[in-house]
This record gives sequence, C-alpha cells and structure tokens, in this order.
Amino acid sequence: MSTKVVDRTPLTFYERSYLPAILSGLKVTARHFLRSAKGHNTATDLSQGYYPEVPWTVAEGYRGAPYLVRDQEGHTKCVSCQLCEFICPPKAIKITPPGPEGIPSDRANAEKMPREFEINMLRCIFCGMCQEVCPEEAIFLQKDYSLTGTSREEMIYNKEKLLSLGGTHAGIQKWKHKLESAQHQEVFPVKTH
Amino acid sequence: MDFIRYLDPTVQFMLFSAVKIVLVFAVAMTGVAYAVLVERKVSAWIQDRVGPNRAAPFFVHYLPVVGPFLTKLGIFQPMADGLKFILKEDFTPSYVRKIYFWIAPAISCVPALMTLAVIPFGSTLGNANNPMVIADLNVGILYTFGIVSLGVYGIVLAGYASNSKYPFLGGIRSSAQMISYEIAMGMSVVSVFLVVGDLNLSKVVAYQSGGIHEWLIFKQPLAFFIFLVSAFAETNRLPFDLPESETELVGGYHTEYSSMKFALFFLGEYAAMIGASAMMVTLFLGGWTPIWGGAPASSLLVGLSHIVWFLAKLGFFMVLFIWVRWMLPRFRYDQLMNLGWRRFIPLALVNIIITAGLIALTHK
Ligand code: SF4
Ligand code: SF4
Repeated sequence: MSTKVVDRTPLTFYERSYLPAILSGLKVTARHFLRSAKGHNTATDLSQGYYPEVPWTVAEGYRGAPYLVRDQEGHTKCVSCQLCEFICPPKAIKITPPGPEGIPSDRANAEKMPREFEINMLRCIFCGMCQEVCPEEAIFLQKDYSLTGTSREEMIYNKEKLLSLGGTHAGIQKWKHKLESAQHQEVFPVKTH
Repeated sequence: MDFIRYLDPTVQFMLFSAVKIVLVFAVAMTGVAYAVLVERKVSAWIQDRVGPNRAAPFFVHYLPVVGPFLTKLGIFQPMADGLKFILKEDFTPSYVRKIYFWIAPAISCVPALMTLAVIPFGSTLGNANNPMVIADLNVGILYTFGIVSLGVYGIVLAGYASNSKYPFLGGIRSSAQMISYEIAMGMSVVSVFLVVGDLNLSKVVAYQSGGIHEWLIFKQPLAFFIFLVSAFAETNRLPFDLPESETELVGGYHTEYSSMKFALFFLGEYAAMIGASAMMVTLFLGGWTPIWGGAPASSLLVGLSHIVWFLAKLGFFMVLFIWVRWMLPRFRYDQLMNLGWRRFIPLALVNIIITAGLIALTHK
C-alpha cells in the first residue's frame, strides 16, 4: 500500500477558538495596509509611478505581443510553414503562402516566405505557442502589452508591420549554415537564389 | 430664533424632531457614501493595490496642492459612484416576481435607517430639553431588535422574487443565518441591561458617563464580544456574508438587481453597519461621552464636541468592520450555525447567570 496516513494533531482549544488565526490575520493585513499607506506598492516599486502616465517596466522574459523577426542580415526568417497558424489556440494567425509561382524567399536556401502574414491582436492571447512551435525562430513574443487601435481592421497586424515591430533577432541562421556546409561538401543542387 | 420659544410645545417638538431627522439622515447617507470609499481604499491598501485615485470634478484642476491630494485619496469618487447609480439602466428581468422584486430593496434599506432613530448621538445642543436623539424611547433596544430583524425579510424576499437559483440560495442562507445569531445577540444584551437596569438607550449612556472605566465593554467583555460577532452576522459582513458570497453565489440575493435597486441594497448594508456600530458605541463604549466622562452639555460647543466623540467612536467600529472583511475567509454555513447555537448561546446564558448572581449578591 502506497497510502500514507498522516496523523493530524487535533487543534488545541486556543486554536479552535479562531483567535490565533484572527490575530495573525490582523497582523498581516495591518502590515500591508501600512506599507501601502506609505505609498509603496508594486507599481511604485517597479516603475516609480502609475500606469497611464508612467508605463510599466516590463520584466525580462515577459510574453507580450508576438512579432516576426529578421535575421542578422535583414532577411525574413519565416518560411511560411504554417505551424504557428495551426497551433494558435484562438486562431489569431492567418498566413497566405506564396503558392507555386509565388515570390521566393529573400534569403539563400530557404524555399519560401509568406506572401502575407497576419496576426489579429484582438484574438491573440499572448500564449506563446507560436514562438514555441516555430522551427525557424521567426516569431517571438515581445514586450508590448498595451496595443490599441480605433477599429478592428487596425488591430490586424500584417507582415510588414509585424516585421518592422519585431526587429532583428540574432539567433541561429539555419539555412545559411546548411548552404555553407553544402557548398563546402560540393553537394549540389542547393538553391542559392 | 426667538419665535420658536412662543410656539406651542408640540409644534416645537415636531420642528426639532424634523430637523434632527433630516440631519441624521443626511449624515448617515454621507457616511454610507464615504464608508464605501473607505472600504475601497482600505481593501486596496491591504491588497497592495492603489484604490480610487482618479475621479475629480473640473474645479479640482484649479486647486494647487490640495486638489491632487484629495483626488489621490479618492474623495470625489463617491459622487461619481452615486451619479453612476442614478444614470444606469434599471433592468428588471422578465422572469422575476415583479411586486416582491420591487419592494425587496426598500424593505432591506428602510429598517437599517430606522434603527438610527433611537441612538443618542449627542447630549444636548444649547437647550437642555432637546436631547440629541430622534426618539427617546423607553424600550429603545427592543425597538432596535424588532426593526433590525425586518431587514432580513428584504433579503429573503429578494431571493424569492428573483426566481433564479443563486439569489434563492442567498435568501435561504440569510434566514438560516438570522436564526443562528439573533438569539445570541439578544441574550448578550440582557446582561448589559441587568447591569444598567433600564432599556432606554439614553439611560445606558448616562450609566456609562463616568469615564472610560465605567464603559460596559470592560464590565461585560463577553457580552461585547458576542454582540460584536453577531453584529457582523447581522450586517452580512465577512466572515458571515453567506447570503452575498460573491465567490460562490455571484452576489447572492442581489444577483438580479441593477442600478438604483442594487444601490438600495448596498445602501442598506452600509446603513446597517452604521446602525450596528452606533448600537455598539451606545451600549458598550459610552455613547457620546468623552473618555474622561462628562455630563450633558451646557453650551453649544461642548454639545458639538459630544457629537464628534460619538462619530469618532462610530468611525472606529466602521474601520473595524471594513478591516475584518479583508482579513477573514467566509465561514461555512454549518460552522456559523455551530458557532451561534453551540458556542454563543450557551456563553451568553452563562454570562447572564453570572451577572445576575453577582448583582443579587452585591445588591442589598
Ligand atoms: S501568442 Fe498564442 S494566440 Fe498569439 S499568435 Fe501566438 S499562438 Fe496565437
Ligand atoms: S512564423 Fe515560424 S511557425 Fe509560423 S509560418 Fe513562419 S516559420 Fe512557420
């Protein structure tokens, strides 16, 4: 039997009178009350001010809005594999693949890049699944947490906007290395553009 | 003001009473509004939040230092709240029992205000024949108990009239709660009146007017404790807010209410808190008497200071009510029954017997 019976010591009369719980409760709440009354709270501790006037300083590793990133050479990293589109729980991502005759990728060796890539920020729940699933490290949850717009259309971010907001991510350049090693081994054909 | 003296005593009495009623009502309503603000601010601070710190009418803009400070404290928030209640749509769901649905908020609000009538909130103001109490009843405490119990009907009725499950459960809980604490509460004050020997609340205050050592909280600590806990139950405050239980019953009896009808429940709850605090101040903390004791005022200024003393003590209990709300988790239904029936009623009975015994021994 893997069940372990834990002996509970019966509560003493004093404990059953609720008094110790009430007293320690008074102590804890009084401590927090006095701390706040002196003007300390999470907002003042982190950013020295309150939200609309003083935006919150986002902690490292915060998962905000997902944006597309470029590699060190300014190429689109996304290869339009659509994994993120499939995994996205609220179906916020909509990718238009290039199709058979579509535009080729803007970097060597990668086969495709999306013709259009849209994230509906009204649907996105900042869950991070897309970042988790992306085989190309092409999409990252970044630090923006307060996105506003005056219409629903405005909240659908397209590829251009996502790329410009996303910036550069100095991660691995899978296809560049593949190309280099292929060239090194003189194994062809490898698409070079 | 000379013309008042030439009036017939009955007319004089009516005039003074009317003035007192209006004043007490106005103070109580302002008290309710600001108790809500204090509640929000205290709860925010206890939970490391900020609380209301934005609402400000346009003129505050022109006040240099004071304006922003008051805004930060949320002083103008109650006005915004009141305005919101008035302007909101008053929605009546189609499935409710209309008549009961409409009278329930009034029934829960009116008794809470009516208890204030017998509370002596000050000694006198200038004129010795004009005590600062609206109705100086000889059966003050019986009146209070009778009226206060009516408030529960408002809640039960709201639960029944809403014709939906959460309010219904809230109403049932409310009635179960009432039978658990009301008896203990009634019994706890019996010992107080054994000591004082009078049911008139003004006489209770007069008995305690010798100073802080005469206060009944020290002579009857057990009675005070039982009364205090029962007062929490009576006003539906945590840890005994079973009828309301936001977390389980979505607001309980007032789930289906909106706008001004909801505001009446809200007002009733805070007015009941003020009423219960006023009762405790009168019964146990010496009412309007300062801590060094004092006879009824002979001058206007002293009379005013007595009212301030009363309000200060009242404020103490209000803060206690609010503080405890953010400290204790809710009691379970059966725990409350257990506490009421198996702890407090026996304790109150023992207290009565001991008090009566002591009085019989010391009295010749
Ligand atoms: S963060 Fe989550 S919800 Fe937002 S786009 Fe990525 S997968 Fe979809
Ligand atoms: S962002 Fe990543 S997962 Fe999504 S389509 Fe592009 S490469 Fe694939």
